[in-house]
Amino acid sequence: MSPLLETRALTAFYGDFQALFGIDFEIDAGEVVAIVGANSAGKSTFLGAVCGLLRVSASQVLLDGDPVGGLPAHRIAAQGIALVPEGRRLFPSLTVEENLLAGGYLGRSGEWNLDRVYALFPALRARRRAFPEALSGGEQQMTAIGRALMANPRLLACDEISLGLAPVVVRDLYASLGDVARAGLSIIVVEQDVSLAQRVSHRLYCFQEGRVSLVGVSLSLTRAEISHAYFGV
Amino acid sequence: MPTSASELVGWADTLLQGVLLGGLYALFAMGLSLAFGVMRLVNIAHGDLIVLASFAAIALGLGTGWGPLAAFLVIVPAMAALGYALQRLMLNRTLGGDALPPLLVTFGLSIVVQNGLLEAFSADPRGLGAGGLETASIRLTSGIAVGWLPLIVFAVAAAITLGLERTFGRTRYGRAFRAASDDPVTAELMGMSHRHVYALAMAVSLAIVAAAGIFLAMRTTVAPSDGPGYLLYAFEAVIIGGMGSFWGTWAGGIILGVVQGVGFRLDPGWGILAGHLACLAVLLIRPRGLFPRTRG
Repeated sequence: MSPLLETRALTAFYGDFQALFGIDFEIDAGEVVAIVGANSAGKSTFLGAVCGLLRVSASQVLLDGDPVGGLPAHRIAAQGIALVPEGRRLFPSLTVEENLLAGGYLGRSGEWNLDRVYALFPALRARRRAFPEALSGGEQQMTAIGRALMANPRLLACDEISLGLAPVVVRDLYASLGDVARAGLSIIVVEQDVSLAQRVSHRLYCFQEGRVSLVGVSLSLTRAEISHAYFGV
Repeated sequence: MPTSASELVGWADTLLQGVLLGGLYALFAMGLSLAFGVMRLVNIAHGDLIVLASFAAIALGLGTGWGPLAAFLVIVPAMAALGYALQRLMLNRTLGGDALPPLLVTFGLSIVVQNGLLEAFSADPRGLGAGGLETASIRLTSGIAVGWLPLIVFAVAAAITLGLERTFGRTRYGRAFRAASDDPVTAELMGMSHRHVYALAMAVSLAIVAAAGIFLAMRTTVAPSDGPGYLLYAFEAVIIGGMGSFWGTWAGGIILGVVQGVGFRLDPGWGILAGHLACLAVLLIRPRGLFPRTRG
């Protein structure tokens, strides 16, 4: 059986600059996979390439074994991959609730709706009519995650959701994601915090300069192995 | 004193006719406001597309003998289709970077439309017969009568404004319009093809342009070179009202109509100039317009 999502020798470019040099990656249904790495290791580029924001060739990205590489982002979204983008990227002229509804634009069927999101993040219910700029960083991130869940995805990709947030807020966010994962959703977590990434994931990839420098079962990897793969020293 | 009483009635009539004329200006401006609001696209060909719709209605009338109602049923969908194609095939390619390419392309389109109309219809002004509707009126008092046609135009403008506000505020497509306007890349991640969303917005814009053009041809005569003047009125209404709010644009059109009417009453040579001066005054005093969108 083919994995839910697989990339084979994935390469990606920004103009003439090559950012990814042949990434082999896979995630199964119900699995949580972390990607760690230093700045500019290619983590966000990888998510962008998978989600259709960068040009890649068809056979480099397989969803259920079918080539989907190079499809425009809105077609990838329709296939059930939802991204929580780095920096949250909420729509500033939409309220919290409208942002969530925008996430459900395609109307894919599934368990996620406004009530489920408000049950996962009770703080958002009170702020449903607020605009994103009036929210705290944590609330903004909850909205961004809720918006992605509203798409009823098969795969949720989270890009550095801990960035700029207080540790206690990060803990709560990951606790909520844990609930989501236990309900059976596949999640890719891109994180700078290695020990956090290890704790929340089944398997872990380490990227270095656009290549996979380490892959393994999260809890069996040692600190030394990861820091070697992370920094290349 | 009979003179001052009739003077008063005269002013009331001027204001009323100005408000009704403003309904037509609001229709001119609404499509421009919509395209700017969703795509940050300033459509220099907007006025020429209004005139194109006028001539399409005139040609349809001449060719088939059908009345203005048929013109609405045929030309509004046709202009909407034209808008979709125009945005999808041409204007989308100009967006996303510099502000200049869309200006240049729509400026070129303006010249093409004007010269195409000149070639097809000659420079003669023409109008669209409305079967007596254009002269029918209701007498309110001894000095004031209201034309049925301006009244209908006013009501349609208000209905379209209300419809746009509701659509943008409450529907799935309205959220998509606003989301794609805020951040087209992130909108793509939600499954919204921003190229499609933009093309839909231009389709709605040109559907309103079609209605404006048909009403214009019923109300007065049009010539192929008239477009830039109507573009100017539309711009002025948007600037007076403030960007990003349909009711603001509507109010801007009404104010422009009233100011022009008052100007005409003071001196028949001053009407249009009074409108321009009002627009300049708003730019000086409240550069964001009288009713800018407030949020948050």
